[in-house]
Amino acid sequence: MMRKLAVSLIALSGLVAGAIAPVMVMAAGDTAHPKAQHWSFGGIFGTYDKPQLKRGLQVYQEVCAACHSLRLVAYRNLAALGLDEKAIEAIAADKELPGEPDDEGEATTRKALPSDKFVPPFANEKAARAANNGALPPDLSLMTKARVGGPDYLYALLTGYKEEPPKGVKVPEDMHYNTYFPGHNIAMAPPLSDEGVEYADKTKATVPQQAKDVTAFLQWAADPFLEDRKRMGIKVVLFLIFLTGLLYAYKRKVWAKLH
Amino acid sequence: MANGGTGTKIVKWVDTRLPIFSFMDHALRDYPTPRNLSYWWNFGSLAGVVLVVMIATGIVLAMHYTPHTAMAFDSVERIMRDVNYGWLIRYIHMNGGSMFFIVVYIHLFRGMYYGSYKNPRELLWWLGVVIYLLMMATAFMGYVLPWGQMSFWGATVITKLFSALPWVGEAVTEWLWGGFSVDNPTLNRFFSLHYLFPFLIVGVVVFHLVALHTSKSSNPLGIDPRGPQDTIPFHPYYTVKDNFGLGVFFIIYAVFVFFAPDFFGEPDNYIPANPLSTPAHIVPEWYYLPFYAILRAVPDNFVGLWAGLGYIIINAKLAGVITMAASILVLFALPWLDTSKVRSGRFRPVFKWFFWIFLLDVAILGVCGAHAPDEPVFSWFKGFEYLALAQITTAYYFAHFLIILPILGKIEKPLPLPTSISEPVLKGGSSAGASATAQPMEKA
Repeated sequence: MMRKLAVSLIALSGLVAGAIAPVMVMAAGDTAHPKAQHWSFGGIFGTYDKPQLKRGLQVYQEVCAACHSLRLVAYRNLAALGLDEKAIEAIAADKELPGEPDDEGEATTRKALPSDKFVPPFANEKAARAANNGALPPDLSLMTKARVGGPDYLYALLTGYKEEPPKGVKVPEDMHYNTYFPGHNIAMAPPLSDEGVEYADKTKATVPQQAKDVTAFLQWAADPFLEDRKRMGIKVVLFLIFLTGLLYAYKRKVWAKLH
Repeated sequence: MANGGTGTKIVKWVDTRLPIFSFMDHALRDYPTPRNLSYWWNFGSLAGVVLVVMIATGIVLAMHYTPHTAMAFDSVERIMRDVNYGWLIRYIHMNGGSMFFIVVYIHLFRGMYYGSYKNPRELLWWLGVVIYLLMMATAFMGYVLPWGQMSFWGATVITKLFSALPWVGEAVTEWLWGGFSVDNPTLNRFFSLHYLFPFLIVGVVVFHLVALHTSKSSNPLGIDPRGPQDTIPFHPYYTVKDNFGLGVFFIIYAVFVFFAPDFFGEPDNYIPANPLSTPAHIVPEWYYLPFYAILRAVPDNFVGLWAGLGYIIINAKLAGVITMAASILVLFALPWLDTSKVRSGRFRPVFKWFFWIFLLDVAILGVCGAHAPDEPVFSWFKGFEYLALAQITTAYYFAHFLIILPILGKIEKPLPLPTSISEPVLKGGSSAGASATAQPMEKA
């Protein structure tokens, strides 16, 4: 009976997988499929590589933050990267925010605090579009979750620019050809260049290296509890396997009276 | 209370005034259950447990969620980032929806294979279909709440279906929206109803259980218990068996929650709703895909046919909506469409095949629902698009209920039924000797 059930369940999951797989494929569309990269946070034992996240933060701060907001992440969250209070305060204090009205009721500004979310580069959508030829740089807080392919796609996009588009393809003005962007024409100019940043930890800042680091950082920004989740998951699943084993033995014992 | 062991004075005092202990004994302990239930009979109680998990996590999520278009998305992200174990509660709830449908689909198809809807269990089946309809509505409204792109556009596509109704369509749609598009009033009422509906489901589940305990559980042989030798008390036999099944289920559930929490989700729903930007593909959650395919399978050129059937004032959209509604409502008629007197598919050699073909048909419909209608099915043959495949499988879906089942019941020659449940169970299933008679199932 058990074997029959197992076979049926496998057949059923096959049917379901058959139904789901084409959805995944379809979502990729006609653009190139991003190659799977090795990520420290992949797999069930995955963890974030803190030095990498720090480098990624540097790339975000020095390159991406000129146009892209990170509005769901607070400066205080950077403690997870191993930054101490002083460093976090210093990063926050670089930015200004509208403050409380003063005693005369005049508008004031104040320095950002660790409790504030990352201050966006533009005051509003119109300002962002005006500065970017009409295009709106999307917020990056959930970028790795909000795109099919996740971090693999993001890495592929950042390294997928082609100076010369394929023969016969005309790239509109102010657009750039990218192998992995849906439709290929992307408003964002190639953001990374070799040695575009100088890493504090002396890692060689090639374009693939920066792309990898900033993608890892954005993965952390989108999924800050990934490590807790996976660590808890292993304990929960092991416990459940043990408990289910006991329940099975108990079931056999109870039912033995019947047969 | 006879075999209680709980017969303390307090329990007796309460029980003579309010017989809750007798009731629980009757429902969960003494309830005589066929001794031959397979693991396919686990999925009913499993669905009940998932319902409780969904309500428990949902109540906590509602404490932190803000049903306002300007704040809904961020409040969900606050749950994910700032609420203690908010990510865990939300992932349990989010994946719980998919788990609920997996369990219920297995439960439903089990009922179809073993003819669990047949006399005397027609109302039990009806209540199950009502639960399924309520689940679909609840899940739909729940998916709108995070106010991502798919939330917004899914809500827009589905609510606009009502505009296909003749004369009152526009009015009904605007009444549902509380305005002239999916907007804050829509989100507000969906939140309110998403909180209400699970309790309606609980209510119908109670009726489902009352009906079950009246007509008693069906079983893989599809014959009625003949006496005490054919049944065993629910406790301890099925409580322990259900608990083991629950353990297996929780392992699978936990793997998704902890290691692939976004597996069933759409990446687009991590983009805040934007009424000015339509996603390239608006895809519903996987559990609606077969019905989405049926909805879209009715193109303009079908209108003539429908008009011929007497629906003069309809357009293609309405025809699609009617077809989709009919695809679910036909389940209510199933007990009478299946004319076979034999319940269990195990003794119906031809039906068995048609059951698996039907299951495959529904799976293919699901695939069609996930693809654009004008997309070719095979990359090497452009002439065959998903629309055509969806039309064939939709036609077969209805043919299964309206043509195959009624005729099959009349012409199929069922295998001989065993005379009692305990016989094949006790004799290790040596069917040839055990089944002396070839009578069809007795009507209870």
